[in-house]
Amino acid sequence: MIELVSRERCIGCSICVKVCPTNVFDMEDGQLVIARQEDCQTCFMCEAYCPVDALYVAPYADRSVEVSEQALLHQGWLGSWRAEMGWTPGSETTMAARDTTPFFEQFTKTHRPKES
Amino acid sequence: MAPKADIQLTTDVLVLGGGPAGAWAAWRAASKGARVVLADKGFLGSSGATAPGGTTLLVIPPVVELREDAVQSRLKAGGYLSENAWIHRVLDEVETYLEKVGEWGYPFPKDHNGNPLRTHLHGPEYMKLMRRAVRQAGVRLLDQSPALELLRDANGVGGARGVNRLTGQEWEVRSNAVVLATGGCAFLSNGLGCNVLTGEGLLMAAETGAELSGMEFSRQYAPSSAFGSVTRGRMLAWSTLYDQEGRVIGRGDRAFGSLQQHLLNGPVYASINLADTEEKRRFLRHAHPIFFMPLERAGIDPFRDKFPLTLRYEGTMRGTGGLRLTGNDCRTSVPGLYAAGDAASREKVTGAISGGGAYNASWAICSGNWAGEGAAEYALSQAGDTGKRNLMPAGRYGLVQHSDAGRLMDVPQIISAVQSEVFPLSINFFRSEPVIRASLDRLHGLVPFLHDSVSDDHRHRVRAREAAGMVATARWMYSAALARKESRGLHALAEYPRLDPRQTHRILVSGVDRIHIRAEKVPHSSELTPEEGMVL
Repeated sequence: MIELVSRERCIGCSICVKVCPTNVFDMEDGQLVIARQEDCQTCFMCEAYCPVDALYVAPYADRSVEVSEQALLHQGWLGSWRAEMGWTPGSETTMAARDTTPFFEQFTKTHRPKES
Repeated sequence: MAPKADIQLTTDVLVLGGGPAGAWAAWRAASKGARVVLADKGFLGSSGATAPGGTTLLVIPPVVELREDAVQSRLKAGGYLSENAWIHRVLDEVETYLEKVGEWGYPFPKDHNGNPLRTHLHGPEYMKLMRRAVRQAGVRLLDQSPALELLRDANGVGGARGVNRLTGQEWEVRSNAVVLATGGCAFLSNGLGCNVLTGEGLLMAAETGAELSGMEFSRQYAPSSAFGSVTRGRMLAWSTLYDQEGRVIGRGDRAFGSLQQHLLNGPVYASINLADTEEKRRFLRHAHPIFFMPLERAGIDPFRDKFPLTLRYEGTMRGTGGLRLTGNDCRTSVPGLYAAGDAASREKVTGAISGGGAYNASWAICSGNWAGEGAAEYALSQAGDTGKRNLMPAGRYGLVQHSDAGRLMDVPQIISAVQSEVFPLSINFFRSEPVIRASLDRLHGLVPFLHDSVSDDHRHRVRAREAAGMVATARWMYSAALARKESRGLHALAEYPRLDPRQTHRILVSGVDRIHIRAEKVPHSSELTPEEGMVL
């Protein structure tokens, strides 16, 4: 679920408030707050839409965990999902364009190790 | 008369729900010259089961033999409840709409002859394009605007009321036709994108008298990592499964057939270690990035490490039940009310087995178009001013204005009570008559609480309606399950482990306080010989 709003990065544009399917965020005095973390469905859409990579959704759907902005920065997770989708300005290609799913069945049939 | 809303609109067609089915319905209705408003609980673009991940499409080349094979195999696999003509309709039309998605800018990969392969869509990209297309068609979007109840008069449905979750403003849209595209009900099981699917759309329709069909086909669970939200059963085709002691209990079993049984015995772990070369790993990583990213964030290398699995209940979303359709234009049994996507019963194309993935995605697109066109034609053919109809709010359960009790509705308690009846494999997957009956009795016992009072807080009001939607959906599911005394497709009862050819019919449910049940003949059932179906 959503664990971090980077105070340093957030510009208060409130796009995430509008985009979140489960209404997790509020704006309070011009500041973004995670108002209802327990309603987060861990869908990562807020990260994808955040124009400044200020949000981090941890992979745990049923529980909250401690995160450190420094560590996330260091590991490269802040903005990683938007970048992988190709939604970061300057991206040369998109996740959709790299999609290998149409070949999945054939690939599985051809390349999966046979039953031993 | 209900109090006047802060936002009062009149239009031709109101679409409820902003997933693929709702987006296509709105686009089509607007393309037909209707004025259209689309209200979504969240945001058209991010909301629903499709947006965060992706969706595989049912597309079969226009070759007679290939199409006929697909239709016949579905008929058999789906327990003889699908209708060939409807599958052909989907196959005939879906490609046209996908070409549109390509024109709108979706970068479909190409085969080595340079032809686009339109068999899979990444959700975020797809739904971003759909939002743009819908807006360009002139549709007015109400984001973050859950509907709470439908409006109706003696002539049928005529709009809806709801709230804006961000501002608390009340909205009311009057329209001669409504398309319900609110999705299925997944009971807040934390599957990717599915927590907006809480059944209140089905409840709203049932409150106006609409019938539902196929609610017993609701026994689908999807594997995900035990801690995560992403459900991608397909990856199990490349996985080895282990028990707690590290013993191999399965390999490459994409049907995850016995996972339910294994999980009853204890934890199950997976490793995608059948992908034994860098090339294979790269291929899989690019097929479903949404599957891998959360595991990587958790510090797991899914190609080498073992990670724990769970099954997340998918409710009616990957079941096949929903509002009963009574015409090719996706009308329901109530005038003015149309249904599309997972809110509608998908039995006509999927039969009794899961419509997940391919079938559901193509169904969402096609049924959205059919419902949008049907609703537009109906609305535009109605004489007189919608604004002058004597429309009244039709909602009854989990709504403040009908509450005469002093007690405040304990919404979290009701939700957790429903979940404890529908999540456990021991109740809902391994179904047996006494267990389902006892569970249904407990669910019936929740109905009086839906008349408790609801606070003025708009978020509480939305949650209360969602809770009511889940209570109603669970009761329809189990009522229908007890009425089908056989095992067919997604439904099974321990007492009746075989398919009974005499029950090649649909089970219809309606009503909320009292649930009415009746059977509906499948058009082709008379053509079936008694032997057919027994081979399953």
